[in-house]
Amino acid sequence: MTSLLEVRNLKTYFHSDGSVVKAVDGVSFDVRAGETVAVVGESGSGKTVTALSVLRLIPDPPGEIISGEIRFAGRDLLSLSEAEVRKIRGNRIAMIFQEPMTSLNPSLTVGRQVGEPIEIHQRASRKNAWDKCIALLHKVRIPDPEQRANAYPYQFSGGMRQRAMIAMSLACEPELIIADEPTTALDVTVQAQVLHLLKELTRETGAALVIITHDLGVVARYADRVNVMYAGRIVETGQTSEIFNNPKHPYTVGLMNSLPRLDGDVRFALQPIEGHPPDLANLPSGCAFQPRCQYAVDRCLAKPPELSEVNPEHLAACWVDLNVTA
Amino acid sequence: MAELTVGTRRFDTATTRRSPFFEFLHRLFREKPLGAFGAVVCVVFLFTGIFAELIAPYGYNEMNPIDRLKAPSITYWLGTDQIGRDVFSRIVHGARTSLIIGFSAAFISILISTFIGVTTGFFRGKFDMIVQRMVDAWMSFPDLVVVIVAVSVFGPGMWQVILVLSLLYGIAGSRIVRSAVLTVKENDYVRAAESIGVSVPRILFRHILPNIMAPLIVLFTTRLAAVILVEAALSFLGLGVPPPAPSWGGMLSFEGRSYMFQAPWLAIMPGLAITIVVYNINMFGDAMRDLLDPRMRGFGGKKKTGQF
Repeated sequence: MTSLLEVRNLKTYFHSDGSVVKAVDGVSFDVRAGETVAVVGESGSGKTVTALSVLRLIPDPPGEIISGEIRFAGRDLLSLSEAEVRKIRGNRIAMIFQEPMTSLNPSLTVGRQVGEPIEIHQRASRKNAWDKCIALLHKVRIPDPEQRANAYPYQFSGGMRQRAMIAMSLACEPELIIADEPTTALDVTVQAQVLHLLKELTRETGAALVIITHDLGVVARYADRVNVMYAGRIVETGQTSEIFNNPKHPYTVGLMNSLPRLDGDVRFALQPIEGHPPDLANLPSGCAFQPRCQYAVDRCLAKPPELSEVNPEHLAACWVDLNVTA
Repeated sequence: MAELTVGTRRFDTATTRRSPFFEFLHRLFREKPLGAFGAVVCVVFLFTGIFAELIAPYGYNEMNPIDRLKAPSITYWLGTDQIGRDVFSRIVHGARTSLIIGFSAAFISILISTFIGVTTGFFRGKFDMIVQRMVDAWMSFPDLVVVIVAVSVFGPGMWQVILVLSLLYGIAGSRIVRSAVLTVKENDYVRAAESIGVSVPRILFRHILPNIMAPLIVLFTTRLAAVILVEAALSFLGLGVPPPAPSWGGMLSFEGRSYMFQAPWLAIMPGLAITIVVYNINMFGDAMRDLLDPRMRGFGGKKKTGQF
């Protein structure tokens, strides 16, 4: 199967006060048509910057995409003009943001905003866009959409706003939807509803979905494949079941161990990962995870490991073979 | 319709069907009585200026030499000046002068401020740096000196005054607009708009401008009051609207100052007109600022001031 989105060796740096913050430092991953890919990692591991880079929404200055290739449906997005990228945004690639409370314009009705991608990309009349928007709001199960489309965002709850954002992202039936922590700001009960809806609708339209999250529960439940990010790099990637059953990178193992388990001993203490994520402007030598890693050996300080094959569908970037050491 | 009560504020859980304008008026009268009074005076001022001919019993330059320097009476409500012109009629016509100059200059200055503020605030970078240094340079000239130079070059007159004041306040006000744009621009909805492929002009007009309307409206009211005051000052100095056209500042200066002791109403009446109008515009503007400021929403503006 060919890939819909191919990111190769992407490097996005931010310049601040003379130092260079390597937010994304050599990331490569694929998204195939119709599949759901999760990107997991701690805050500041470069997940959001990766997503924004794909849409070329990095504020420049201070940010800059240094190098790499982002091939979407065969075209390198980094070589397109701003006008050409604008035709892709919201039309073929859509994005859902983390904060539903601030991602809708407070001075426009929800209906006008949800219909905006249609007005822009399909040159639809306002009336046409409005009708389509009501159908979309209906699809994301907003009750009484004809009335609610006239409401302003402040009259919506967080969950409803996020649903409106989903409706907006689906408006032009994009091939790829990037959801940047779509449920982090929502209540737990609403989280499940919103994710379920998102998954269902993308399955219906055949869109590929990239879910950026730090919630391994979300990953296990919704993703086909996982990319684990640490300090601006992908440290492990593979099928979801493979990663959960056979994690090869100490960081992935650490993430799993810091989750409570329903099937384990109740008295079993959680094992947090010691220390803090590194300063991206001043990375440690060798592997970025080495200062926090209990398996670290001399080699880890000397040279950063590259992604290598565990099996054809599973890559990990670590010098140590956990099966031997543990 | 279900209603939720949280604290002292009620939230309609169903869609509000009242128009935002009516809602605003309702809140103005309920929460800001002094501001509402200011609004009423502003409306009276507006109508006085527009319908000056219908309201004034005499023409603004109509002389009755027999009735020179008459004290206020039934015939001449606010008295007459040294050549027998009705002071009330002149104040009513002066309202028109103040109105035209005030609204035009305030409006043009807001346009200038918005243009400079939105472009520099949105695009940032070198463009912002260069334009803002030019604004700095412009603001380092004393206002009055700029006005005097401009009037002495172009000659006195209504349009000259409007142009100079628009430029003066427009350039200085661009700072306020720019800072509002910087705040609005950082909101997720601007990035969300970019992420669905909205073009730059559309982002400016649909996503930035509507969200800086509150500071723009408030800026307009403060500019309106300031322009009316400065126009009065200029006319007082003889740099404003030339006589015999009626202007409150001119009335204070030419007639008021010369006959202050024989006919004090010549100075008091136009002075009162200026004070009342400017005071009430300010009251109205203050109330608007409180009502339009989202941080004040829900407190009825009462928490901060304790009263009005």
